[in-house]
Amino acid sequence: MAEPMRIRAQFKEGETYVHVLMPHPMETGFRTDDAGRPIAAHYITDVEISIQERTVLSATLSRAVSQDPLLYFRFKGGRVDDTIRVVWTDSRGERRSDEAKILGLVS
Amino acid sequence: MCAWYAPRPDAPSPDAPSPGAPPETAGLGSDPAGRSPSYNRRDTLRLMAAAVAAAGLLRWPAARAAENDALAFGSGSLEGALSALGATLEPSPQIQLTVPDFVDNGSVVPVEVTSQISGPQTIFVLSEANPFPLVARFFVPEGTEPYVSTRIKVARSCNIYALVQADGRYYSAVKATTVTVGGCGNG
Repeated sequence: MAEPMRIRAQFKEGETYVHVLMPHPMETGFRTDDAGRPIAAHYITDVEISIQERTVLSATLSRAVSQDPLLYFRFKGGRVDDTIRVVWTDSRGERRSDEAKILGLVS
Repeated sequence: MCAWYAPRPDAPSPDAPSPGAPPETAGLGSDPAGRSPSYNRRDTLRLMAAAVAAAGLLRWPAARAAENDALAFGSGSLEGALSALGATLEPSPQIQLTVPDFVDNGSVVPVEVTSQISGPQTIFVLSEANPFPLVARFFVPEGTEPYVSTRIKVARSCNIYALVQADGRYYSAVKATTVTVGGCGNG
């Protein structure tokens, strides 16, 4: 249902730099539609990022994270062509998992 | 005893149909223990109550953590969220928080937290004026840089806090931001 995530991981000088964009409405539940009816809350609650079974970052988000959450971080190690996997779960129990390969330096 | 539960003397007990037994043994006033070897509704309820009581006494750490989570994320005030986390604000030069001084749109505010503390740690981001101030939490394991960058919603001009928990201690940084259009509601 949810759109695929965009994941970019690049290995540079011993570290892997990761950008993740998770398309999601991140509805707070405080907004109303044009007719004045409240829009139900719907947001990502848990994110788990791992590389070859090693968790490199896990996060708990709230409704106050912007729409289409964006995450930048970096970790030591990782190898070019390793698979990085991102899994999120939202407040409705929906779940999405996407993968990407770690890229080398593009010179 | 609940009147609605008492078995009718003329009806066979659903738990223990004992064809050979005389009818009066299945009626009121008979010994309940001798009537049925299987669990009846009352036993089940009693067991459930015991299980609930036991769960209350010997709660799994994970369950307790989940409860604290709900408290911290569901708290309507900065103080409430901090007390649910068991945290205090200890400003530390080891934590750098980058938030723009001025933002036009409160629904997309870039926030970056860098910590100089080594080892595994947990990074929290809080926005003081939000309906629920605790915005996000990041578990940074060994081997991951204590650095995260994301975008958050900020209700109105207020202080943004970065809170880092490492080795049971808390470290924090604060930065005020001025928001032109709030990030809550329809704006």
